[in-house]
Amino acid sequence: MTAAAMARGRFVPFALGLGTLAAFFVAVEVLIRLNAINRYIVPMPSQIALAFERVILEEDIVARFWLTFKEAMMAGLMIAVVGISIGVLFYRFGLLRRACETWVAAMASAPTVLMYPLFLVIFGRSMWTIIMMGFVAGLPPVILKTIEGFAGTRRVLLNVGRSFKLTPVQQFVKILFPAALPTIFVGVRLGLIFTLINIVGVEFLINFGGLGQLINDLAERYDLPGTYAAICFVILVSVCFFVFTERVEKWLRPVD
Amino acid sequence: MRTAAAPAALGDPVTQLRIVIVLTLLVTWELLARSGLLYRDVVPSLLAIGGAMYKLLSSPDYYYHLGVTASEIGTGLAIGGITGLVVGIVLGVNRFLSRTYESFLYYLGPTPKIIFFPIMIMWFGVGPGSKIAMGTLSCFFPIALSAAAGMRQIDKVLIRVGRSFRANSWQMATKIYLPAMRHPTINGVRLGLGVAIIGTLLAETKLSNRGVGFLIIQAYSLFDMPRMYAMLIVLFVLAIGANALVGRLGGLDSLKRA
Repeated sequence: MTAAAMARGRFVPFALGLGTLAAFFVAVEVLIRLNAINRYIVPMPSQIALAFERVILEEDIVARFWLTFKEAMMAGLMIAVVGISIGVLFYRFGLLRRACETWVAAMASAPTVLMYPLFLVIFGRSMWTIIMMGFVAGLPPVILKTIEGFAGTRRVLLNVGRSFKLTPVQQFVKILFPAALPTIFVGVRLGLIFTLINIVGVEFLINFGGLGQLINDLAERYDLPGTYAAICFVILVSVCFFVFTERVEKWLRPVD
Repeated sequence: MRTAAAPAALGDPVTQLRIVIVLTLLVTWELLARSGLLYRDVVPSLLAIGGAMYKLLSSPDYYYHLGVTASEIGTGLAIGGITGLVVGIVLGVNRFLSRTYESFLYYLGPTPKIIFFPIMIMWFGVGPGSKIAMGTLSCFFPIALSAAAGMRQIDKVLIRVGRSFRANSWQMATKIYLPAMRHPTINGVRLGLGVAIIGTLLAETKLSNRGVGFLIIQAYSLFDMPRMYAMLIVLFVLAIGANALVGRLGGLDSLKRA
């Protein structure tokens, strides 16, 4: 297949996908104008598009985005430091790992975000409640993937280290950690996604903080185009975040 | 057999370590509760939590709320699961449709679904409808993506066998596709169940007058911390248990052992 044919093969589905989305918005616009859809429940896409400017300028979206970003980064830093440390500890002490790994996996499937009222009592209605909720949600995948990364280090690499008579610290720094890094990053990436989901969610639920609070504020004011525009903005932010971390993961992944 | 197995299990160092960790945590908790270092009731004593759990589990009112939540989650999972499965199969079968539309699912999947709750309230009202919609929306994405991935993993020979027997679309779906993609689909349902529970319960904590989510936020409003801890513990056990049950029913355990 030629390069041009391959490019065409990628472009056509992409264009059709965007075209379908545009056709959907046009259809909704027409149906609302024809009163087939109640305009007090679903605002016109043109109104939503116009509301973007208002939401960005009047609702101080940059400051809100920055606040959510700061919360996510603080929680992200905490899950990376604590999660990787616990993962290393579990890898070093096999008994501890065998005793606790299933608990960590169970924690990953538990609806920990429902602890937010408890965290509200402990940390108050503050940024720390949001950060800690993000931390709790993002921790299990980092721990599990760190263990997986270290345990999956190829034996030949470890043997090379031993043949060079590396000390345990050198073995860790020069062989184990670099070999496990791509898998660890998969865990950090998953953790960051869970963290971001929980941070925006808790901001919305407790009406405090950045982007999540904005949606709640606009919905309580019954500003429908603004609410939809803010939701679109959050979707855009999370998609950009997801794509960015995906690119970094691909960059870190070794070539097979 | 059982009497011989029990001491053997207790002699296992992993079990012993687990017991030590649990006991250490419980003792630390109790000491913290009695120390007065934290606000009273933020860390209630184990006795208070145990008492609250007993009261909770012996209250018929709790089972009514649990039933409401379970029915909302079940309905959401059924609607989102069936829709996700159909969409996943269609995307998995057709490469062109997959390249056109699957990226939307892939990128929308990790967005926080709770932000759609104001829209769901406007569309479906403040009753159970908006909670079911949240459950549906939450579980649709993981199930659809898992089903699509599962479809692509099906052995081509199986598909050719189906076609050579001139199976129609329904027969292909029920006799070839669904049995062959059982494990990825069950994994998707497990993920979907987890997020449906979260989506539904969060919606209940935000705006509802029934359901377990409502009870949790009510305990917060009344500052009844032992009751809140009791409800969270029961909820976690139920959620983890339901997750494990789906995996077992789907035969994931036997797959792992193999």
